[in-house]
Amino acid sequence: MDWTVLIAEVLSSTIRMSVPLILACLAGLWSERSGIVDIGLEGKMLAAAFAAASASAFYGSAWIGLFFAIAVSLCFALIHGYASINQRGNQVVSGVAINMLAAGLAVVLGNEWFREGGRTPALPPEGRFMSIDIPGISALYDMPVLGIFAKIVSGHSIITYITVILVPLTAWALARTRFGLRLRAVGENPHAVDTAGISVALLRYKAVIIAGILCGLAGAFISTSLSASFVRDMTAGRGFMALAALIFANWRAWPALYACLLFGFLQASGNYMQGTAIGGVTIPVQFINMLPYVLTVVLLAGFIGKSIPPKASGIPYTKDR
Amino acid sequence: MLRRTLLSAVAALALSATAALAADDKPAIVFDIGGKFDKSFNESMFNGSEKFKAESGIAYGEFEIANEAQREQAIRNFADQGYSPIIAAGFAQAAAVEKVAKEYPDLKFAIVDMVVDLPNVQSIVFNEHEGSYLVGVMAAMASKSGKVGFVGGMDIPLIRKFACGYAQGVKAAKPDATIFQNMTGDTGAAWNDPVKGGEITKGQMAQGADVIYAAAGATGLGVLQAAADGGALSIGVDANQNHLHPGKVLTSMLKRVDVAVYNVMKAGKDGTFKGGILALGLKEDGVGYAMDDNNKPLVTAEMQAAVEKAKADIIAGTIKVHDYTADNTCPVQ
Repeated sequence: MDWTVLIAEVLSSTIRMSVPLILACLAGLWSERSGIVDIGLEGKMLAAAFAAASASAFYGSAWIGLFFAIAVSLCFALIHGYASINQRGNQVVSGVAINMLAAGLAVVLGNEWFREGGRTPALPPEGRFMSIDIPGISALYDMPVLGIFAKIVSGHSIITYITVILVPLTAWALARTRFGLRLRAVGENPHAVDTAGISVALLRYKAVIIAGILCGLAGAFISTSLSASFVRDMTAGRGFMALAALIFANWRAWPALYACLLFGFLQASGNYMQGTAIGGVTIPVQFINMLPYVLTVVLLAGFIGKSIPPKASGIPYTKDR
Repeated sequence: MLRRTLLSAVAALALSATAALAADDKPAIVFDIGGKFDKSFNESMFNGSEKFKAESGIAYGEFEIANEAQREQAIRNFADQGYSPIIAAGFAQAAAVEKVAKEYPDLKFAIVDMVVDLPNVQSIVFNEHEGSYLVGVMAAMASKSGKVGFVGGMDIPLIRKFACGYAQGVKAAKPDATIFQNMTGDTGAAWNDPVKGGEITKGQMAQGADVIYAAAGATGLGVLQAAADGGALSIGVDANQNHLHPGKVLTSMLKRVDVAVYNVMKAGKDGTFKGGILALGLKEDGVGYAMDDNNKPLVTAEMQAAVEKAKADIIAGTIKVHDYTADNTCPVQ
């Protein structure tokens, strides 16, 4: 096989597989930096994926699908916010409840609306975020090294390019803006923030809302860009993988991007490396499929050292006791 | 007072419900993971049962399992209520069928895609390698690059049987053709992962494959989609999937599970049910390839003639298609 083609394809696939991870990981980052643990990333993405696919099937527009995806994901985020900010409930329990609710509700509603066993109908091209070619870049395809690079960068959907912008934006907002600094303070020491006369609840709600929007984007990407319909449990644990990446990245935006790209690369190479031989030995499919998990364990155990979560994460804030 | 009336009403309802469930000689079917609307294997069985219901007016019991643990439960439930024959869809239900069928020797059972050696069980197996051989011949002739792909679901001998028959057909029509074979995964989730199916398909297309055969349940929907998006042809499986992307699906390897289910239900009703192994191949019209208005422009007269000839030769026995499950090896790659 032609190696340049393989490299270009695997890296291009890496980007596709990474986008939902990055979006979910950023969502988790915003939420947890403000002190709200978010196990419900998976559920929010799944609900958003379902909303995007169904709305797009009804209205025939990917953008309307995206709007509903974000709206539905926001509703779930606000439920989580209400449970963990106003009611001071256990944030893990609330997150798990959201995951279960989303998984069940999507199949039940899907079966009721479309009668396809919880699936949504296949979407036409205008109902999906198709890959867009950057103008002029396709001329580079045949050049030796630049061609590979061009193939990797071009031909993704609009959500991918939005994601690329969101990473530096998040890093900048958390490190440089007044809002970001206050938000991080609320995740470390909410009492100090409260003493300074800033509302802890409001800041945390803002973080939860941002997380909801990001999960909505991720869900819409999975069902209307990566594939062309919603299928039961289609997020396939990406929300949890994003949480692992977040721990991996020590709750920072740029390392989160690298961690997600690594996970995406492992998934992509798992899909592409099947049946290819290295040094005359055909690698068993099972071995390739196992690699992402083994590498995750090894890397988590040996290479990243200590990972410190925000101090107040998971602890409901009470003014006085 | 009101509460008591309500309670007794509920009790009465519950009683009448159990009475209604006591079925004598009504057939039942347990679908496998993937669900009865997978546009493939399970849906085909569902269509067969619906046909029986429409013709005989006998309602059947049905259950869609959501996880592994429900298989035995579902079959046992139907057995408890006296349903017969009870049809289990898919190879994964063999252990459950064997266990329950032993406990209820008076009831009749049937399993599709696997053999359970009991006198009251009819095991229906298909010669998928023969049908796959035919679509392989067609794929090789339709391919311009001389490279074709195969995307399987879960990595099990049954799916290797599809792949092996396909590879033999491709090589028979074009000896120098390259075949890329990939499996989606090693667990039941591999039947329901169109995103991964699509990625694998994109990988095969990047390597030059321009006809891709999916034998992967609902994962195959992602394969067909990716192929249609990327300008390649695809081949559907089990049910006729040509209509999913008209003009972009070359053909579908038909596995007439609908006919098999219908026959079992009918035999149960007529009292002609027999245990044992029933192998359905090209000769019995148990497998085949799909032709309709959606793929007519794609299939040339020459291709159809070649496929028909291969079909006749297999039925006559002049072409022997190797069955992967016979010795777990495939003569061609």
